Amino acid sequence: MEGSLSSLVLTAIFILIASVAIVPLFHRRQHLIVSIIFPVFSAASLFSLFAGILAVAGGEAETLILPVGLPDLPFHLRLDPLSGFFITVVSLLAFCVSIYSRGYIAGFIGKRSVTHLAIFYPLFLAGMLLVLVSDDAYFFLISWELMAAASYFLVLYEDGVVENRRAAYIYLVVAHIGAVAILLAFGVMAGFAAGFDTFHGYTFDAMRGASLPPAWASTAFVLAFLGFGAKAGIVPLHVWLPEAHPAAPSNVSALMSGAMLKTAIYGIVRFTFDILHTPQLWWGELVLAVGLASAILGVLAALLENDLKRLLAYSSVENIGIILVGLGLGMIFLSFHQPLMAALAITAALYHTLNHAMFKGLLFMGAGAVLHATGVRNMEKMGGLIHKMKWTAPLFLVGCLSISALPPFNGFVSEWLTFQAFLMSPSLPSQHLNLVIPLGAALLALVAALSASCFVKAFGVTFLGHCRSEACATAHDATPSMRAGMMIAATACLLLGVFPTVVIAWMGNLSSQLAGETIARSAGEVGWLWLTPVSAQRASYAAPMVLLGIASVLLVVFLTLRSKKSAIHRVPLWDCGFEKITSTMQYTSTAFSMPPRLIFGYLFHIKERVRPGLPDGRPAEFPAKVNYSVRVRDRAWGWFYRPVADLAFRLAKHTARLQHGRIHIYLAYSFFTILFLLLVAL
Amino acid sequence: MREAFPLLIEACQIALVLFAAPLLAGWVRALKCWTQGRTSPGVLQPYRNLIKLFSKDIVLAHNASWVFRFTPYLLFGSVLMAGAIIPIISVDLPLSATADIIALVALFAIGRFFIALAGMDVGTAFGGMGSSREMMIASLAEPAVLMTTFTVSLFGHTTSLSEMVRFIGQQNFFLSPSMVFAAIAFVLTLLAETGRVPVDNPVTHLELTMIHEGMILEYSGRYLALVEWAGMMKLFIFTSLGVALFVPWGIPQGDDLMDIPLAVLIMAGKLALVAAGIVLAETGLAKMRIFRVPEFLGTAFLIATLGMLSHFILEM
Repeated sequence: MEGSLSSLVLTAIFILIASVAIVPLFHRRQHLIVSIIFPVFSAASLFSLFAGILAVAGGEAETLILPVGLPDLPFHLRLDPLSGFFITVVSLLAFCVSIYSRGYIAGFIGKRSVTHLAIFYPLFLAGMLLVLVSDDAYFFLISWELMAAASYFLVLYEDGVVENRRAAYIYLVVAHIGAVAILLAFGVMAGFAAGFDTFHGYTFDAMRGASLPPAWASTAFVLAFLGFGAKAGIVPLHVWLPEAHPAAPSNVSALMSGAMLKTAIYGIVRFTFDILHTPQLWWGELVLAVGLASAILGVLAALLENDLKRLLAYSSVENIGIILVGLGLGMIFLSFHQPLMAALAITAALYHTLNHAMFKGLLFMGAGAVLHATGVRNMEKMGGLIHKMKWTAPLFLVGCLSISALPPFNGFVSEWLTFQAFLMSPSLPSQHLNLVIPLGAALLALVAALSASCFVKAFGVTFLGHCRSEACATAHDATPSMRAGMMIAATACLLLGVFPTVVIAWMGNLSSQLAGETIARSAGEVGWLWLTPVSAQRASYAAPMVLLGIASVLLVVFLTLRSKKSAIHRVPLWDCGFEKITSTMQYTSTAFSMPPRLIFGYLFHIKERVRPGLPDGRPAEFPAKVNYSVRVRDRAWGWFYRPVADLAFRLAKHTARLQHGRIHIYLAYSFFTILFLLLVAL
Repeated sequence: MREAFPLLIEACQIALVLFAAPLLAGWVRALKCWTQGRTSPGVLQPYRNLIKLFSKDIVLAHNASWVFRFTPYLLFGSVLMAGAIIPIISVDLPLSATADIIALVALFAIGRFFIALAGMDVGTAFGGMGSSREMMIASLAEPAVLMTTFTVSLFGHTTSLSEMVRFIGQQNFFLSPSMVFAAIAFVLTLLAETGRVPVDNPVTHLELTMIHEGMILEYSGRYLALVEWAGMMKLFIFTSLGVALFVPWGIPQGDDLMDIPLAVLIMAGKLALVAAGIVLAETGLAKMRIFRVPEFLGTAFLIATLGMLSHFILEM
């Protein structure tokens, strides 16, 4: 059965790319495109999902050489547990989202053509899968660019809106700066693998064998971390994320946040643990610090946000931070030659990767359903949707519970494992790390609690209370296929949370590939019920017991009280005798986030303004209306982007002096360049 | 027969958490009355309140959704689950492996998440205000709680509650600087987590000072009874947790049924003392302005960090 799994993945990719050729033929039959092609995409995702799961379980690496591309530079493909794991992540989400898309995209029919959405969507999926299977720098970068370009066009789908065009442009610029850094990182690796005068170092296999001086290894690492980090959305390179993710249609946002960011995590893991394979201590410290900064700034920005999709995008920055925290710990432990501890940290990080794909996908799909129903993204205009969206509300709540790290859902398992990894740090033989790392754990606790606060706000303001505007008065629930997509993701959130031992046993090969050790044996040593990452004496968590325990208490209490006769009287809201209570008197999203804005506001650029309304004959001390506005901006804009952009423009201005628009001057340039090159070469 | 002992002890403990929690709350209230020179309704008043509330009809706002109606049950369930896990009358509990101390904190977080949602469900300003403040206080308390946990876990190299308590209980009585710091930090976070003065006032119904009461303002009848009962259990569990972590001597290590009555008595004595301490703090202190709370919890965090540092520097 040699190569059978990789051929399954290739089949999926082939189906996706072939559909690109077929879709334009049905341009006039928009309904047909939506109802036929998206189920095909989910089927294709199912293929690659199986291949991914089996590749991780099998633990073998399959390699394949495709004789295409430039002469003498064939494409190398490889399916090992690491790529298998990320293929599972991407495909599982793509499966849910493709089912969801059928209902969601149908909403666009009649407003704008869905043809190019149906073209770039499969290209985007195929690009992500190709990134994960490619095994040489050349093919990797082609796939990487395919993914970036396809997602750029998807972000630009609703191109009539100025913000969307701006968002897509920022996205494109950051994506390319990242790609340049990745290219340079591969260049350094390839150069040391086979010398700087040949191309033969371009395969990952050659790079694995390269022996780099520590300084050059660090250079390669920093370049790769910058490049992949730009895509993953680490602080301060994250600003494209809250612009681009909300601009894209919600199904694409779900894929970008849930899956595409994970390919960047894949890049970091592949580059650090596989290609460079001996992380240095300070790399781990850097990744840990950047991860913590991203987590804390991401969650605070999310908490201060009023736009539902921007909130979710910022929360992705937070979760990428949590993943990086795990990876950073893994690198630190590996640099001290503690493979078991590293296995714990890496498992935690990768588990969180899988979890984040599921719950963030679910939340973006839920946000899409809300957007579909109300037409607004601003939470201040929503409220009370739980009464109108009977399915979406509980499913969105599952996502909120998972992302807030509440047991028995999946987000808790991975955060718990990350905490356990943190608690292992006292056994490191380094005094200053012993003192500093626990502070990171405290910061992570703060992040987890703030994220709970953020999602109380997101769910509470959107779905609970009274309707705040006419937008939600006519709201309707999600269509059956949208529900189905969300329901699968929600089920995955629950199952991944309740059966962590099964998942970790499955991930065993993965951590042995990366850290040379696995926690799969110790994690389930007492039985599948108890998750014991290191040993039962050290820490244990039994998610099924938590679920069963709470559910049984709940049931017993409910039934006991049910049997008693006590009526429920439905009455109007208690208004303190005021009698004129309106929906605008509810606590708003801005009001909810006022305490954190006051406490952590110095981390952001906040402009708050209170102005009296129009003069209406009343004395100025008693205005009938007051206008209040608050604008929260990332400091990264002013500190990092603005200077860089200004510099780029200034340089461009100077360079522009070369250009006169006269052809003979350009010819002279070419002539002198060739002359110069010839002189140098000879 | 002996095999069933752990299960019996577990059942005893669950019953104890359920039925002794109102007693502790009653004891705190009665003591508070006495220290303030008022006549108390007796330590059994919380039981009477609960019975009264259970027998009353429910008044529910028109737009209260299922979240509002589901929350009291979930809150009760999650808090009781937490009560079954921590070692109160024995270290050897069958359910104690269900969750370590980090998961235990998360169990309380579930209840808090839902009660905050319930506060926003009806759509009054008080509810939302309470939710917002509660979540802020909880998020600032969390790092301090984790630091305390971390410090205590350094002794036995474990976060499993039973193992932590067993390890410390097996030593002779000792006072290490890190433990003292951790204990102080724990007390400060306990006051915040259980909504006591100076962070929140459990008896206030004054609009702008309510935090916990603001969220549950719309509850009535058996819903309110469940929420109130869960609140009492939370106080009971948090104080027992503090006792178990910092003065575990007296909690039986084995699974002998004969030890249980004595263990219950010792626990009752310790809890009565801790409750007296809480009452003294509540009587002596005024409630803080809401935006002083970050400083209060920041202090707790700092003290817990000092505890951890002193462990590494002085005790290694």
